[in-house]
Amino acid sequence: MSLIRAEQLVKTYRAGEVEVPAVKGVDFTIEVKSFVTFVGPSGSGKSTLLNMIGCLDHPTDGKLTVLDTDVGSMDRRAAANFRGQHLGFVFQDFNLIPVLTVYENIEYPLIMVQDWPAEKRRKQIMRLLEAVDMSEQAQKRPDQISGGQKQRVAIARALATNPQLVLADEPTANLDHDTAYRIIELMKKMRDELGTTFVFSTHDPKIMGEAEVIFTLDDGRIQPSTGKAANNHA
Amino acid sequence: MLNVIKIALRNLARFGRRTLLTSTLITLGIVSVLLFVAVAGSFKAMMIGQFTDAVLGHIEVHRKGYVASIDSLPLNLNMQPAMVGRVEQALKKLDAVEAYSSRVKIGAMFSNFTETTSIRINGIDPQAEVATTPMLPGRITEGGKEGPVLKRGEILIPLLLARGMKVKVGDTIVLVATNREGSVNGKTFTVRAILESVSGPSGRDGYIQIDDARELLRMKEAEVSEIAIRLKNPAQLDRVYAQLSQELTGFAGKGGNAGAAGTPGKGGGGGGGPEVHTWADLSPFASIARMIDLLTLFIKIMLVSIVLVSIMNVMVMAVYERIREIGTISAIGTPPRKILSLFLAEGLLLGVGGTALGTAIALALIYALNIWKITFNFGMQQGLVLSPAIRAADVVIVAVMVVIVALLASLQPAWKASRMDPVTALGHV
Repeated sequence: MSLIRAEQLVKTYRAGEVEVPAVKGVDFTIEVKSFVTFVGPSGSGKSTLLNMIGCLDHPTDGKLTVLDTDVGSMDRRAAANFRGQHLGFVFQDFNLIPVLTVYENIEYPLIMVQDWPAEKRRKQIMRLLEAVDMSEQAQKRPDQISGGQKQRVAIARALATNPQLVLADEPTANLDHDTAYRIIELMKKMRDELGTTFVFSTHDPKIMGEAEVIFTLDDGRIQPSTGKAANNHA
Repeated sequence: MLNVIKIALRNLARFGRRTLLTSTLITLGIVSVLLFVAVAGSFKAMMIGQFTDAVLGHIEVHRKGYVASIDSLPLNLNMQPAMVGRVEQALKKLDAVEAYSSRVKIGAMFSNFTETTSIRINGIDPQAEVATTPMLPGRITEGGKEGPVLKRGEILIPLLLARGMKVKVGDTIVLVATNREGSVNGKTFTVRAILESVSGPSGRDGYIQIDDARELLRMKEAEVSEIAIRLKNPAQLDRVYAQLSQELTGFAGKGGNAGAAGTPGKGGGGGGGPEVHTWADLSPFASIARMIDLLTLFIKIMLVSIVLVSIMNVMVMAVYERIREIGTISAIGTPPRKILSLFLAEGLLLGVGGTALGTAIALALIYALNIWKITFNFGMQQGLVLSPAIRAADVVIVAVMVVIVALLASLQPAWKASRMDPVTALGHV
C-alpha cells in the first residue's frame, strides 16, 4: 500500500530572471511503514523533494499524493493543517524551541497544533520520553543537553501527534558517526514500534546503508538502479 | 491561550535586558503622563476654583446681549423683575444649585475728594454673594473681616485702586454714576475693606450693597444685571447648564422676543430673553485651561509614539532573530493565527507590564506629592498647595491607550511572522 506517490514531479526555482530546475520529473512510490532515504550530493534535490512531500513547498509540475491527498495544490492554511495532523518533522539543526524544556518541546505540537487533553498529553509525552531514553532530562532546556539528545527530543516531538509519516532532512549531519548511527537506529525502532513511515535524506554513505529503501538523486533525477537497499532489511 | 502567554513570557525573559529597557521606557512614559495629568489637572482645577469661587460663580445668567457689550456695563440690558423672578423660579427647581446671587453692575466714577478715577462696581446681597462666591471674604487684605462682609453705605475696593488713590479702610469716598435715563447721581460710601485683586473679569471690581446700587442709579424697579450661580458639584456644570437653558427657553423679557436660552460661548436666544453662560464663556482663563488640555493631549501623543516605536522595534527584532524558530513551528503545523497570537501576546505583555508598573509608580508619586504638600505662588496668591489628583477614568484611558498601542505596534511584526514561508524561514542563517 503506497503512502506517497510522485508522478513526473518537477520543481523549478526562479532566481531573478533565471529558472533553476531542482527536481526534473521524478517518479517514485513509498510504501506504508517503510524506512526510506533519499541520498545524493548537495544540490541534487533531496531537500526540495522532502519539502514537497512535507507540504512546505509546491511542485511546479507533476502530481504528488501523500496519504491519498493531492498535496500539490494546497493553500497555506490547508498545508499547515495537513502537516499538523499527519506529518512529523526532524531537522538537521534539531530546531528545538529554546525557551521550552525537553518535556514542553514534545508537548508543543499537542497544545499548539492539536488540542490534546492534559492527561492524555502527559501519558503520550512520558511514553515518548521513555522511548527516546530522555526521561531523566525532561525538565532541562535545549541548551543543557547534547546534540544527540536534542535530536532524540526532536524525534519524540515529531512523533508526539502520532503522525503516519516523519520526514527528516539530514537528521544526522550535525552529529558524530556513533551518535548518528544511534539516531538512525532510534528512528528505525520507532518505525517498528509505532508503524510510522520514516523518510530521511542524507549524504553519509554509512548512514544510508541503514535504510531499507534508498533513492539516489543526482541533478534532480532519481537514478534508475535505486529503490531497494543492498542490505535491505524489509 | 495560557500556553501562548506562557511561551510569550519566556521569550520576553529570554531577551531580558531588552525587555527590561523597553518596559522601563513604557513605565517612565506612563509615570510622566499620569503625573503631568495629575499636576496640570490640579493646577487647572485650583485656578478654575479661584475664578468661580472668588468672582464668577459656576454659571451666570444675563439678559441677551449683555455679555456681548459687558465692557460698557449697559444698564438698558439689565434684567427686569419679571425675568429675574422667572430665573429664580427655574433655579429653585434645580437641586444641583447650591446658591445664587443677583448683582447690579455699574460703571462709576470714584472720588476721594482730591482725585477721581473710574471703577466697576458690583451691587450685591452680601449673604447671597458669599454663599455663591465663598472666597470673597478671603480676598479681604485690610479692613473688617468680622460680621457681614458689607453693610449699607459701605464699599469694598480693590487693592490697586486703594493704592493708586491712597485710600484707606474707614475713609469716605464718593461714587458718581449715570443712570439709564442719563441723570448723574452721587453717593458717599465708607471704605469697609480692601480686596486682593483676582485675575480675569470682575477681578478688580468694587462691591456695594445692591440696594445702594439701585439707589445710586435711582432704579424704579429691582433690576438685576446678572445672576451668578454656584453648583453643589462643579462636575455637573454641563448638565445644569443644559437644564437651565432648557428651563429658560421661550421666556422673553419686557420688550423682547421669545428665544432659546443660549449655547456655550455664544449665548443664543431671542432678543430680550435670558441667556446662560458658564464660567468658561466669561473667563479668559478658559483658553489657558484649553491649552493645558492641549498640552496633556500632546504629552499623551508623545507617550503613544514612545510605546509604538519601542514595542515595534522590539517586536521587529524578535521576529528577525527568531526566523528559524518561526520556520520550525510553522513546519510542524502551527496554524498562522497561533503564530500571530504568540507575537501579539509578547507585545501585549510588554505593554501591560510597563503600564501596570508605571501606573503603580505614578499613583505612589501622586500620593507622595499630596503628603509633601508642595506650595507655589500664582500671581498675587502665595502659598498655594499643590494637590495633584487624577481621575480613575484618566488612569484607565491612559492604560487602555498604551495597551492598545502595544497591540497595534506588535501587529505588523506578528503578521509578518505568521505569513512567513517555512522553507525560507528554515533556511535563514
